Amino acid sequence: MAGVTVKNVTIAYGDKPIVRDVSFAVQDGECFAVLGPSACGKTTLARGICGFNKLNSGEIYIGDKLVVSKSQKVFIDPEKRDLGVVFQDYAVWPHMTVFENVRYPLKKRGVPKDEAKKRAMQAIDLVRMSPYADRLPSQLSGGQQQRVALARALVSSEKLLILDEPITNLDANLREEMRFEIKELQRKIAVTVIYITHDQGDAMAIADRIAIMDTDGRIRQIGDPETVYKSPQDSFVYKFIGLSNFLPIELQDNHLFVVDGEKKIPFPVKRPEYISKPQFWAASHPSELQIVKNGEGLPGTVNHVIFLGNTYEYRIQVGSYEVRVIQDSAEAMKTGIPVIGESCGINFDIVKFYEDVQEGRV
Amino acid sequence: MKLLLRTGVGTNQWGNNSLFNLNSLLMILCVLILFVTVAMPMTMIIYGTFFYGFKLEWKIFLDVVLDPANITSMWNTIIIAFWVTTIGTVIGLFYAWLIGRSDIPFKGFMKTLFIIPYMFPPFIGAMAWGLLLAPQSGYLNKLYMSATGALEPLLNINSIWGIIFVEICYYFPFVFIQVVSALERMDPTLEESARIAGANQFYVIRRITLPLVLPAIASGAMLILISSLSHFGVPAILGFSQNIFTLPTKIYELINRSSGSFEGIRQGAALSVLLVIVVVAALWLQRKILKSGHYDIIRGKSMRPMVIQLRSFKIPLLGLCLGTLLFIVVAPLFIIFAVGMLKAYGLPLSLENMTLRNFEYVLFHSQMVRDAIGNSFVLAIMAAIISMFVGTMIAYVVVKVDVKGKSLLEILSLLPYSVPGIVLAIGVILMWSGAFYINLYNTIWIILIAYIARYVAFAMKSSSASLQQVHSSLEEASRSCGATYTESLIDITLPLIRPGMIAGFFLIFLPVMRELTTSVLLYGPFSRTLGVAIYSINSEGNTVQAAALSGVAIIIIMLGELTLRFITRERKG
Amino acid sequence: MSQVELKSVTKRFKTKTLGLVTAVQNFNLTIREGECFSFLGPSGCGKTTTLRMIAGFEDLSDGEIWLGETPVSVKAKNLYVLPENRGLGMVFQAFAVWPHLSVFENVAFPLQVRSESRSEIEKKVKEALRQTNLSGLEWVYPSDLSGGQQQRIALARAIVTSPRVLLLDEPLSNLDPKLREIMRFEIKELQRKYNFTIIYVTHDQAEAMALSDRMLVMDMGVIMQVDTPQNMYNNPINQFVFGFLGLSNFLTVEWADGKVYPVGKKDNPLDCAIPAGFPERRAVMALRPNEIELVTEGGLRTAIKQRIFLGDFIEYRVQVGETELRIQSIRDQGFRVGDNCGLKFSRIKWYSAKKDKSDEERERRKII
Repeated sequence: MAGVTVKNVTIAYGDKPIVRDVSFAVQDGECFAVLGPSACGKTTLARGICGFNKLNSGEIYIGDKLVVSKSQKVFIDPEKRDLGVVFQDYAVWPHMTVFENVRYPLKKRGVPKDEAKKRAMQAIDLVRMSPYADRLPSQLSGGQQQRVALARALVSSEKLLILDEPITNLDANLREEMRFEIKELQRKIAVTVIYITHDQGDAMAIADRIAIMDTDGRIRQIGDPETVYKSPQDSFVYKFIGLSNFLPIELQDNHLFVVDGEKKIPFPVKRPEYISKPQFWAASHPSELQIVKNGEGLPGTVNHVIFLGNTYEYRIQVGSYEVRVIQDSAEAMKTGIPVIGESCGINFDIVKFYEDVQEGRV
Repeated sequence: MKLLLRTGVGTNQWGNNSLFNLNSLLMILCVLILFVTVAMPMTMIIYGTFFYGFKLEWKIFLDVVLDPANITSMWNTIIIAFWVTTIGTVIGLFYAWLIGRSDIPFKGFMKTLFIIPYMFPPFIGAMAWGLLLAPQSGYLNKLYMSATGALEPLLNINSIWGIIFVEICYYFPFVFIQVVSALERMDPTLEESARIAGANQFYVIRRITLPLVLPAIASGAMLILISSLSHFGVPAILGFSQNIFTLPTKIYELINRSSGSFEGIRQGAALSVLLVIVVVAALWLQRKILKSGHYDIIRGKSMRPMVIQLRSFKIPLLGLCLGTLLFIVVAPLFIIFAVGMLKAYGLPLSLENMTLRNFEYVLFHSQMVRDAIGNSFVLAIMAAIISMFVGTMIAYVVVKVDVKGKSLLEILSLLPYSVPGIVLAIGVILMWSGAFYINLYNTIWIILIAYIARYVAFAMKSSSASLQQVHSSLEEASRSCGATYTESLIDITLPLIRPGMIAGFFLIFLPVMRELTTSVLLYGPFSRTLGVAIYSINSEGNTVQAAALSGVAIIIIMLGELTLRFITRERKG
Repeated sequence: MSQVELKSVTKRFKTKTLGLVTAVQNFNLTIREGECFSFLGPSGCGKTTTLRMIAGFEDLSDGEIWLGETPVSVKAKNLYVLPENRGLGMVFQAFAVWPHLSVFENVAFPLQVRSESRSEIEKKVKEALRQTNLSGLEWVYPSDLSGGQQQRIALARAIVTSPRVLLLDEPLSNLDPKLREIMRFEIKELQRKYNFTIIYVTHDQAEAMALSDRMLVMDMGVIMQVDTPQNMYNNPINQFVFGFLGLSNFLTVEWADGKVYPVGKKDNPLDCAIPAGFPERRAVMALRPNEIELVTEGGLRTAIKQRIFLGDFIEYRVQVGETELRIQSIRDQGFRVGDNCGLKFSRIKWYSAKKDKSDEERERRKII
């Protein structure tokens, strides 16, 4: 096991900084996700840790070893950093069998032949690919190829795995399955994992802690999934971590109103202590809202009722805004399903306020 | 070309200083090789044309360009190329559509058959057609005249139209191959959505299918155009006797007549400049007319495209296809082997006149032929191996290495594509016959150098296509597994591009085996090639022996093609 | 009447690996006017083949297809109307937008084919582009547009002639999830405005349920169930349909002495009645992850193996015998990994534990 320490790292392509002044410390045996919209620089950062990109400034330690530092002129070649990498496009070598692929890192690290064979087979077994050990990658499905890549990374290093969008190319059902498999494996062999993804569902399912990166290549927040979801630092994080409704709010005489052009709709929530401006935004996750019919809540009209199997989604017209509400379908059976055109109220039990809304490319 | 220019994506950015040196070294080596083999000879031609010593001199160029005979041959070149390109494109397109989009039977088989003319050396084709349709001695003409009692031959192959006809026969597959593969790659739903929109089959062809394959048509037509403009064999064999010259044959004649004198070579160089101007102008004009689209054909789900029911036209069209193939492949093959077995040229094609003596003679008794076959083999193998390695090296630098100036490298390596072989040959003569204290004239080495210059681009294209497919993450994966830069090159990259390199080898080996245009200017008494041998035996009037040797050459080439096909098929599977 | 009717439609193919395959077997189906109807099934189940037969790209091996009062494919009479004469609109998975034509020219194409007047074309294209939020992009070429915009062009092209029936073949599969949701909504809106009949082919159950008035689930060329999304979700006819319509747990149980228990775990019985109709005293219970309740006392005893916070809900994994069950709970009841807990089940569906022929066939096809 080895932790990873990233200190003030900046990486630029030409004049354009892709990663800006990023710092974090990953603990031994931790699964750490770097989550951000596409092209936010998260892959560039991962490549910097692997040694495929140069840094413009800052330094990176793997365990106690300094692997790259601009100021100290240190650069350890990727092959000497002792890590395993899984790429988005699998990068399984097409001219080698599954077994040869997985054995390769052991061969390169000078492990004796018999032991290499044993360890490679163990890793193949771990990812449930033993029946396919003699196949060529072209005879495998995408999910199977990704398992091979995972096994190869596992034998490459017992300390640190860098997974760069490893399941993005798989279809939805397989992705769900692989998510949990990766998590199980990580737990079983207690390896440190840095997991790069743009999918907040993947990040929450897999990671012990998540770092959220914005489109400028800066880290906005680091925390465990529950904290990040329940207490997003700013509106960018809020928007990125799940579905969201944002309503403009105005404070008048200690009461809150939803601003809708000239109109002001009373917003039945207590004024937040932490906001000083008179105008700000209320953020809510659709699943945290409830439809109420007893005349309470923010008044609206049911526009759409969409059945999605395990959930119902409602779109409620409030003035000129449409608010999304999601309800568990088992729950909906009990409370009754709203009818299109019906008037109702929306109960904002859990709501966050932000002074501004940042347009991340989400 | 477009693909190759997309750089910077998969390039190495590993910040290791020693690597940077290795990459620079590779780069310098590549530039050096191309400079000596390609850039210098081209410069020498311009220098030879416009300078006398160190003095600028326009006279020889103006003399050559204003000579009415040369102007006539320029017009001939242009007329031939125009009709060959136009008619060849239409024919190629028609058969491609028939195979790609109709329900004609035996598609796979027919597709292979239509590629055969592409393997056939055109100058041997020209000889065969001469045997069939020469005005007095051609077997078909004789048959016609004796059957009808006519005094005039049916057709005269020794004419501009004869040359055009023969070139079309062997060049239309360029368009055919390009268009068939474009049709195969094209997403069938592009056509289906037009059907759903209410368009009938023919409307769809006109408004959707044709515009979509236009880039493929354009690139096939360009290949025909370049090949025809710089072609030597067919006009040489069919035109010399009637004093019909094209620029390449005129250049040959100028140099041949002056028997290698410096003045003759300078005249040839001046005419080469004219030929290059014509080629460049034609390419420019063609690009203007067929401005190829700004799109790629999107690949879709692998679905069977909707085919057009030919119904009652099915059998007649099948007949037309088979008839065409019979006409352009089987008839020349038959006449080559038949005449090759004749006791003497002119005898009727009957069994009692047949003998294997000619084959025996060319294979076992003629020192010249044996030398020529040997030379061709040695040249083909050496040129293929050297070009393959040099080409792979250049491709590697262009595709994978991030160093400055690699676009220069790319242009240099692709230049010989559009420079006619005969022009390159003159450049090589000017450069390697003592101008720089090295005289290789009359040895096979000068031919080898010309071949390398001419064919390195083939190897480079083949290798860079494979290299493009080796995504950088495959190499990075091995680095992260503990392999050094060099180890990853040996363990991962090289094995993955090996099939591309082998295909590149054959893509050079085969054209070199049947090469005539370049070697006909460069050969010396002991450095004849197979093509030159056939050509000289034929010009000396030993028709039956020339036919027999052509038969041998065809067998060698077909075997090579089969091997290539086998290898590339393996690679796909 | 612009209904679509399929009568005993059958399609057989010859394939290299499987021999003669019945891609579509004896389809009998009536799609009502103005209805949004989905074909849902795994890849290779025959849904696209069926759609292509309706479009006219495939001939039938047997049966008839009617569009309204007009027969378009009748095998027995050898009647077959060409696709261009069926008056349909269609959108394909790979967009199939013509790259050599601008957005305007793409959308105008069906009208040009019908030789409509210039002003008429102008008017209708403008309207179709407005409806699909493409106004202002008339003279842009598709290669400069995103996947979502390309699919909008395809949609505009399909509706510009106001067809009565619109065929959609996995139109959203090539888009990213967020865009998919937006487009799904837009399609639904278009249908509400124009009231055409939609036949929608997809492998994504959420998409099918969100869009359709009625849908069918098919597998290996056979219709398994036809119903409204709610009815089908609540009463899947067999284990396959249950599994296909959402996340699911299947737990094989046995019963004896009036107690139901997971196979081999007689000492840990479930809190439920013995289901009727399984003389072999063994059945599969099918459960949705959000319909299992975690309790501290009573219920089927087990322990929390994993707890995963997923934002909208918390997922727990517990082991019951050989089976791992997934439980999704919208409320955090404070259970942590290792805690003992009980499981209570509501709305259990029971299916036979015996393997039948279709399972074997599924396996066979999967191997190849």
